[in-house]
Amino acid sequence: MERFFLAWQTSSLTGSSFLGMVIGAVIILLLILGIVSYLIYFERKVIGWMQGRIGPNRVGPLGLLQSVADILKLLIKEDVIPTNADRALFLIAPMIAFVPSFMVLAVIPFTATHVFTAGLNVGALYYIALSSITILGIVMGGWASNNKYSLLGGMRSAAQMISYEIPLGLSILGVIMLSGSLNLNNIVAAQNGHVWFIIPQILGFIVFVIAGIAELNRTPFDLPEAESELVAGYFTEYTGFRFAFFMLAEYVYVFAISALAVTLFLGGWSGPFLPSWLWFAIKVSACIFFLFWVRATMPRMRGDQLMSFAWKVLIPIALFNVLLTGAVYEIHL
Amino acid sequence: MYANGFLFVIIFLALGIILPVASLMVLGPLLRPSHPTAAKTSTYESGLEPVGDARARYNVRYYLFALLFVAFDVEIVFLYPWAVEYHALGLYGFGEMILFIVLLFIGLLYAWRKKVLEWK
Repeated sequence: MERFFLAWQTSSLTGSSFLGMVIGAVIILLLILGIVSYLIYFERKVIGWMQGRIGPNRVGPLGLLQSVADILKLLIKEDVIPTNADRALFLIAPMIAFVPSFMVLAVIPFTATHVFTAGLNVGALYYIALSSITILGIVMGGWASNNKYSLLGGMRSAAQMISYEIPLGLSILGVIMLSGSLNLNNIVAAQNGHVWFIIPQILGFIVFVIAGIAELNRTPFDLPEAESELVAGYFTEYTGFRFAFFMLAEYVYVFAISALAVTLFLGGWSGPFLPSWLWFAIKVSACIFFLFWVRATMPRMRGDQLMSFAWKVLIPIALFNVLLTGAVYEIHL
Repeated sequence: MYANGFLFVIIFLALGIILPVASLMVLGPLLRPSHPTAAKTSTYESGLEPVGDARARYNVRYYLFALLFVAFDVEIVFLYPWAVEYHALGLYGFGEMILFIVLLFIGLLYAWRKKVLEWK
């Protein structure tokens, strides 16, 4: 079975290896849909417990079918398209937001055998480049809705996401310098059996976590969706399944950024005794739990603090980290 | 293999397009009702009659941040290949990159002094 899926990575392209690739990609897609539905359940339950509530507990045992019910409900809701909206852009925006969120998963090494991984030599850059395409979908959705809340939410999202993309890109430079490769498989291999990159790159890791949360538009950086002032931000006018695709993109990114953090800083799939995929799952779950924990703990930042924080604090720290990593390496040599 | 990796990415692209197209354009219309009325499709503005068009003027600072972003994003693009080849380039390459980063940081300091980074 494993041989069948590994065939396409080592051999030249044949019918059966192409089939292996397609089946592998479909498995990832189904897996991610399952993960996202239970991520939402998990988030509601965890935040419920942290706030002394019970969380969803009505649909199915322990409320386990709550997300399934929510998805089915969204699927049978009417798709309202406002008369004033730019129809073509309005229809295509959720897709443009969703497609890159799924595509970034192609380079994540889930297991030691590298099944289901494209193993691109530009892996880390590929992630950063594709994840910024989602901003386009968000701005498009906000603009096309022709709604004041949507436009403001979309503009705020774009300003925030492009500002925090720079520290995010700079923070992983230290890891690339240490491993000498952009290929995520090689980055994990460099950590396997050695010290994880979180130890020498602790500064980079801190910047990565903060910028990653801001890229996700999550609390304490959820200004684009500040519900007390902007209703729902860029997807105010969206209903039914189009709304669901924006939410889906957001939660796929929650998984993807956690997977990227684990891959770059926490040793990826490497770990003793347990199988590699289980180690990966444990580490990613811990990262996701941390994101929920932050959401339950932190209040929302102020708009002016938000922008200057990225440019005045995170970018200088990230640049300093690059120079520090280089200097330590040169002295060490 | 190198090319196979990119084919895998293209399969991801195809699946990523098929899922929304299938659920929004093929499956969706069969399942969901469609009874648009003038009130339903009017722009939402907290229950009031919408006033004017949303495409009014907005804060010029968005453009300033966009310009800064372009400069710094190009910087990152330059830093990536350097970081990959860092071990091979040695001390000389490191010195060059210090110079590059310092020059860009001066640009950031200039924007800082000009109060471009304040959000008002």
